[in-house]
Amino acid sequence: MNDRRFNALLGLAALLIVFVFAGFVLTLVVQSLPAVKQEGAAFLYGSEWNPVTARFGALPFIIGTLLTSSIALVIAIPLSLSAGIVMGEYVRSGWLRSLLNTLINVLASIPSVVFGLWGIEVVIPLVRNLAVLIGAPPYGAGILSASLVLAIMIIPYMSSMTREALMNVPAGLREGAFALGLTKQEVVTGIALPFARQSIFAGILLSLGRALGETMAVTMLIGNATRIPDSLFSLGNTLASVIASQFNEAASDVHRSAMMGLALMLLLITMIAGWFGRTLMRKGASAYGK
Amino acid sequence: MQDGHCALAMEQQARILGAPCNFNYENGGNHMKRNVLFRRGLLMALCLIGAASALNAQTLLGSGATFPAPAYTKMFDEYYKATGIKVNYQAIGSSGGLKNIQDRVVDFGGSDSFVKDTDFAKYPASIMHIPTVIGAVVVTYNLPGNPALRLTGEVIADIYLGKITKWNDKRIAELNPAVKLPNMAIMPVYRSDGSGTTFNFTAYLSAVSTEWKSKVGNANSVSWPAGQGAAQNAGVAGVVKQTPGSIGYVELAYAHQSNMPAAAIKNSSGVWVDASLASISASAAGAFPPDSRILLVNTNAKEGYPISALTWIIVYREQKYASRTLEQAEHLAKLLWWMIHDGQNFVEALDYAKLPAPAIKAAEAIIKSITYDGQPVLK
Amino acid sequence: MENNVFKSRHQTRAQKDRFFKFAVMIPAGIVVALLVLILAQVVINGARALNVDFFFKEQKPFGETGGGIVQAIVGTIMLLGISLVVALPFSLLASLYLYEHRGSKRAKVLATAINTLQGIPSIVIGVVIYSWIVVPLRSFSSLAGGVALAIVMLPLMTSMIHASLEMVPSSYLEAALALGVPRWRAIIDIILPASASGILEATSLGVARAAGETAPLIFTAFGNPFLSLSLKGPVSALPLVIYEYIKSPYDDWHQKAWGAALLLVLFVLILNVLIGSRKKH
Repeated sequence: MNDRRFNALLGLAALLIVFVFAGFVLTLVVQSLPAVKQEGAAFLYGSEWNPVTARFGALPFIIGTLLTSSIALVIAIPLSLSAGIVMGEYVRSGWLRSLLNTLINVLASIPSVVFGLWGIEVVIPLVRNLAVLIGAPPYGAGILSASLVLAIMIIPYMSSMTREALMNVPAGLREGAFALGLTKQEVVTGIALPFARQSIFAGILLSLGRALGETMAVTMLIGNATRIPDSLFSLGNTLASVIASQFNEAASDVHRSAMMGLALMLLLITMIAGWFGRTLMRKGASAYGK
Repeated sequence: MQDGHCALAMEQQARILGAPCNFNYENGGNHMKRNVLFRRGLLMALCLIGAASALNAQTLLGSGATFPAPAYTKMFDEYYKATGIKVNYQAIGSSGGLKNIQDRVVDFGGSDSFVKDTDFAKYPASIMHIPTVIGAVVVTYNLPGNPALRLTGEVIADIYLGKITKWNDKRIAELNPAVKLPNMAIMPVYRSDGSGTTFNFTAYLSAVSTEWKSKVGNANSVSWPAGQGAAQNAGVAGVVKQTPGSIGYVELAYAHQSNMPAAAIKNSSGVWVDASLASISASAAGAFPPDSRILLVNTNAKEGYPISALTWIIVYREQKYASRTLEQAEHLAKLLWWMIHDGQNFVEALDYAKLPAPAIKAAEAIIKSITYDGQPVLK
Repeated sequence: MENNVFKSRHQTRAQKDRFFKFAVMIPAGIVVALLVLILAQVVINGARALNVDFFFKEQKPFGETGGGIVQAIVGTIMLLGISLVVALPFSLLASLYLYEHRGSKRAKVLATAINTLQGIPSIVIGVVIYSWIVVPLRSFSSLAGGVALAIVMLPLMTSMIHASLEMVPSSYLEAALALGVPRWRAIIDIILPASASGILEATSLGVARAAGETAPLIFTAFGNPFLSLSLKGPVSALPLVIYEYIKSPYDDWHQKAWGAALLLVLFVLILNVLIGSRKKH
């Protein structure tokens, strides 16, 4: 072993990783070509997904994905911002701070399938009772249940990123504001939040990327219906959940290829959301002059 | 100044935000000792893995139909006790089993829908169907008090078409005058995965309802006009069990094992029949084709249960493919032979009917025609 | 003399301050309450399933009560072992590459590849590994499952290890080089050990993350009612049994699903707490 060999080893490992990544994208693109060729652009906007008649329009799943992720965001943002503000502004030290941090970490590390399990036993009966109350079809499963649990799953990430963003507000700014006699609330809403808003927004985008790709909990709660959902209580499917349900039985070549096309779509939208989030986060960080 | 806690270390993004992390720095330590330890540990681990792989008992892998899964898992449990051979059966649905057999990633596939002649070309080599057990697709439901209900095929079809939406609809009430039906919405539950159970259920509905036949048809996966999907027989049973007002179609064993009711159905002779060993066997009492591909629904038998179904194990005729050994082929053939003979003793306790004599004869002939490199495997 | 306008403006601002504090504490409290609720449910429901059989017996046929999930416990340990053996060396080497070549264009390419891999939903990873390993080997296998999990772990571990490498003061390396130590030796014998606790943290978190993954295993490890130690055959795992059992109508299986969930959550908690307590020193 010498310097040259060591560097060669490092380079080899790096090359392999890049190849694996490129291979992923290539595999998905090549294997989804037959289906895309058959359907053309209708693959994206076609609303009929029927393996039996060999029609593969992914619109129901695209809508299901966007719907559940957006609703999850809408629910999670106020909760996460509040939790982040409490952790970043009000409880900055002491045992309570460690406790809250640990709690958030624990919530973040609970596996998706356990959330699905909890959702089946707790959330679905609740949503079913709600549906009965308001006269909607009382399935229990559906868009609302999946979105609720999805929201709980992304809260830890969003709140800790909010907390980090707030804690990075320069102390001088903050102290100066207090010295001028501003109340805590005025500092938070007038100084800290505006300063940190780019990073907070980045945190929201990254959590969105996570929600888009979430599979197990959604599959277990969304009801597996291949139609465009028309209400909160509708059953539906997301890109991830339909892959989980149908991949292992797609026997015809076109069906398999269509599955790969869905996987490619999922890859692309999570990549885009993640890329936006990371770029914003870098811009936010550089604003601090670090 | 933060104390350096990196929130959600799982996400590097927090770090990019600039939160410094104070890690512990150990001293360099005795690296010689560490290197030797590391190498020895790696060697030991590799030896363990190798030994473990070598020591593993012979196993067979199958996947597919959930319809016979209670019977199969029971059979394979007994087979393991009798012979020490582990048969790993993953119940993922008939379409899943067919796909896995097509990809040749399993030793055998299970399916309650037989492969049509026109679909043989999808498989890389010629496949054979070995019949194993006969079961019943029952209509189960979740109502307060779980009353015993009577339903006709047309009513069931109209429920799944979305035309009958309430439990106290008069068409259900007139069939069940003694039952106080609640004013609840009917929630049909169907298979979201490709299923042989669906194949048989929709075959029955197509036979008794012309509207069903033209609108929906008969296949492993259909476009269901109404209701909620669940995966596998277990999933449908699970959803029905937990959803008041729901109705679903499952294999009899799943309903019995979970104390769920099963509706009596009027068969083509006009007799109200409950699914039972007797009524299932009655529907299978007729002639049996030599390649064993037969549909038992809507039987003519007077006491036959109208949604009975045969299920098959699918294997390749020529077992020498993709580095399979003769030993593997022999194990497979022996398992199949056992399943249609001694294995049959375990199925009736689960309310599956044994294969009738003509079916066993046909199955024996089929198993004997499994070859390895051209030679029959079972002598 | 009091300035009434000033006083009332001050009061309104104070009121807003109190109101705001109240307004953020409530949702934050909801979050905490939710977490406690979920954990409590896992513990209470899961504890019911724990008995000796649960830990040492294999799966029973459909519908029968009794038996256990030893095949899933061992399967998870095995899959995590395989994925570590695959992922750790690559993570170390990739981190070292990023450390050695920081700022270069190639390092940026590697960093982009790793960052993007991190965002890939694990089900997509499972789908691709099915094509790459399961089909060519003509079998579902714990090897395929381990490789899929390794790809899940790799980006996370690499970024954390790289960060901890960067945190080592450059004076360590400079001192070693000044003493005439070859660069590769200095890195292995000084920089790596100095970041040992960061590497350990990265490994713990990677393992914790991989332990809970289900989606990639559905098409690779596949599942097995029997205990198996074979690299070439299908294997069970805790997340897989949770997924399978909760779908069924069997109360016994539901209980076991909660038990498996409890084991998983405990395992992941211990890994996280282990890291947390190390930090305090």
